[in-house]
Amino acid sequence: MQQVRILQLGESALIVEFGNIISSEVNRKVHRLAAILQQQAPQSFVELVPTYRSLCIYFNPTETARADLEIIVQGILNSDTEYDCVDKTRRIVHIPVCYGGDFGPDLEFVANYNNKTVQEVIDIHTSQPYLIYMLGFTPGFPYLGGMADEIATPRLKIPRTKIPAGSVGIAGNQTGFYPIDSPGGWRLIGRTAVKAFNPTAVDPFLFAAGDYLQFDSINLAEYQQVEYQVAKGTFVPKVEVIDHRGEYL
Amino acid sequence: MIRVVSPGLLTTIQDEGRYGFQAYGVPVAGAMDKYAYRVANMLAGNNPGAAVIEMTVAGAHLFFEADMFVAVCGADMHGKLNERPLTNWSCCKVSAGSELIFGYADSGCRTYLAIHGGIDVPVVLGSRSTYTRAEIGGVAGRALKSGDILQYGNDGCERPQEIALEAQFIPTYTSDILLRVILGPQAEYFTDSGIQTFFSNKYTVSLEADRMGYRLDGPPITHKKQADIISDALCCGAIQVPGHGSPIIMMTDTATTGGYAKIGTVIGPDIPALAQSRPGQQVNFQQCTSEICDSVLQEQCKVLQKVESFITNTFKAKTKNFIIKIDKKVYNVKVEEV
Repeated sequence: MQQVRILQLGESALIVEFGNIISSEVNRKVHRLAAILQQQAPQSFVELVPTYRSLCIYFNPTETARADLEIIVQGILNSDTEYDCVDKTRRIVHIPVCYGGDFGPDLEFVANYNNKTVQEVIDIHTSQPYLIYMLGFTPGFPYLGGMADEIATPRLKIPRTKIPAGSVGIAGNQTGFYPIDSPGGWRLIGRTAVKAFNPTAVDPFLFAAGDYLQFDSINLAEYQQVEYQVAKGTFVPKVEVIDHRGEYL
Repeated sequence: MIRVVSPGLLTTIQDEGRYGFQAYGVPVAGAMDKYAYRVANMLAGNNPGAAVIEMTVAGAHLFFEADMFVAVCGADMHGKLNERPLTNWSCCKVSAGSELIFGYADSGCRTYLAIHGGIDVPVVLGSRSTYTRAEIGGVAGRALKSGDILQYGNDGCERPQEIALEAQFIPTYTSDILLRVILGPQAEYFTDSGIQTFFSNKYTVSLEADRMGYRLDGPPITHKKQADIISDALCCGAIQVPGHGSPIIMMTDTATTGGYAKIGTVIGPDIPALAQSRPGQQVNFQQCTSEICDSVLQEQCKVLQKVESFITNTFKAKTKNFIIKIDKKVYNVKVEEV
């Protein structure tokens, strides 16, 4: 097993680092530790923040001693608990996207840059689900992994000052979408009317780190239908559940 | 009910912060100077987590449409209640029809106005704190503006009285501050001389200093190789050092993750001093361990307990208990100075 390191982030957080690469295998260890902690020692921490290759554990230093927390973490790392007490399923959340046109002003650039047709770019982008390594940057912003290199495109040299919520883009070999209006330099290829972050909804977040996103291509009429349902609060996203040993992993 | 006549430079509703949603990318937000915030709520007779008004550098002009008790703590913005000077770090009664006008802070940066009962705005993801970038919390997720109406809530827990805090509990905001730092999580990304530079030089708060973070100017802190890391978690106090070598101390509105190496983290008890600092001020860093920090935290708890007992004792001194017998019945009577 690769050397796991426990690092300090101030007096009220520690970071358990599983490696220094972006890989789904390392990321799975992060989520596994989070799930076991959640189940075995929920009273020992305030909140958990999984990122690409580490888990940040926030705790209250006046209630929990750092040394005690480290012992709990070491105990979990040393045990062979593996998946035994962890949720064995993974969710695939489908995001309907209207590609091109006003919603995807950079779609043609992405196609030309990669010597592909627009349709080929769409087909490749929707060909597989992407692992959500972590959420960050803005509420609900997913950092996705696994996009095909054949549609990778460099960022804009000059970022746009305002990208509308729902914009789907490509930056290098990363893909993702903006849950709220924000500035950014991603190449925009389409838009979804689905809200990844809806603070007043019963379920404010559509997905969590560790889930998968599958982009589905829809036309403008379908987009407007989704937009209407989202506004009315009647939109139900398509969610598939797969076994953790499924082929997507 | 309070009417905002003019809001001042940047005035928002804040509380302890929004916990439990950082894994979804939602920043904690909350009051920048937790000491002034907590004392303000104590003076106003509020529960510890009550929402207050946070003002920045230049304060608000408020009109009170009902009687209420208000406490003001933090930077002295020379508040005037119906043209009479208001004592900073005190609680006072405000009558309906009163005007409270704050000016500029000549030292410090942020002032907290607690209303008995707390400010009643909708709770979003467990908190009333305003986080303007995602437009959540506070009044419509934004800074206050002229014409806003604020209601007080049910967060009162003690009967408030007019009281001024003892001088020993009032911090002075100096132009030169010392911040204690726990090294890590990426201290190994920096050269020994880079770390030495960081701890042995003064840094100046730049103009890029807001609720999200403070960028400091000073001798560049050198990395061994690169400044970029695979993004991981950020917290309030975390010190990121991008390639240019100038440190950025993340504050309470920080994004939950970041991609620059972190040389260390300013300890929580020292954040209020930084929250009260302004562009041009000098900062020194001193290395600290989590053991030292634990004792600092205990000290800080004790200070807040002393503030609490000072307030309770002052109330007691203004109260006299009498036992009165009328028609052979015994009555306990409490007489309070009002």
